Amino acid sequence: MASALINVPAKAKRGDIIEIKTLMSHIMESGFRHRASGEAVPRDIITSFTCRFNGTEIFRADLFPAIAANPFFSFFTTVTESGNFEFEWIGDKGFSETASASISVE
Amino acid sequence: MHSPPNSTRRQFLGLAGAAAVLGTAPVVTLRPAEATPEMLASAIRNVTGGAAVKTGKVKLDVPPLVENGNTVPLTVSVAHPMAPEDHVSSIHVFNEKNPQPNVANFHLGPHAGRAQVSTRIRLTDSQKVVAIAKLSDGSFWSASVDVVVTLAACTEEVI
Repeated sequence: MASALINVPAKAKRGDIIEIKTLMSHIMESGFRHRASGEAVPRDIITSFTCRFNGTEIFRADLFPAIAANPFFSFFTTVTESGNFEFEWIGDKGFSETASASISVE
Repeated sequence: MHSPPNSTRRQFLGLAGAAAVLGTAPVVTLRPAEATPEMLASAIRNVTGGAAVKTGKVKLDVPPLVENGNTVPLTVSVAHPMAPEDHVSSIHVFNEKNPQPNVANFHLGPHAGRAQVSTRIRLTDSQKVVAIAKLSDGSFWSASVDVVVTLAACTEEVI
């Protein structure tokens, strides 16, 4: 059901600053909406997003219900070696998704 | 004078009590309570630990007029070098009137190369959005933008 879109350049020069864009499909139910009957719709959000490069954390975000549905992030990193970006989303109700992307650095 | 059944009176009193506790007018409403400027201030204090927050360095890009509060593009960039001994270590985004004052915390490091993050947020009302950057030397810098929202987020009922 959940799926990730990752945008990482395939190639870069050593020392380049690259932009990474990620999108995860998720409803991000805030917990503040009500049904017509008056009961609150329970919260169901992604609470944390982490990006690691070759095992080292390079970016982390703590999310709150004010993040829009299908959370989108763009951030930057300096590349020094070829390797793998691992992305991880963790959320309510046991939500957990991962994705990865590789980059070759010359 | 016909008195309403007890259950509804109890419900009303419960709601009114809850509303009074939240510091809002005791009006029975299905809309979520708004965060108050005090909640915003305390959320910021939780991050800064009471340290002074200077204005500057931070650039907060949010459209000043938003048609749909459900998805508002937001970019925070900090005009600061990203050297190992002197860098931006985190960026925090807050709002004034959503049910919760926190929007997101972004943790960066010197390897980021550029202190800039983008995401999309929700805004339930026309309000102020605040971004605070924490530098590695422990100082805090902020910027705020007033946003006008024509269609509020998350107030619609779910059928």
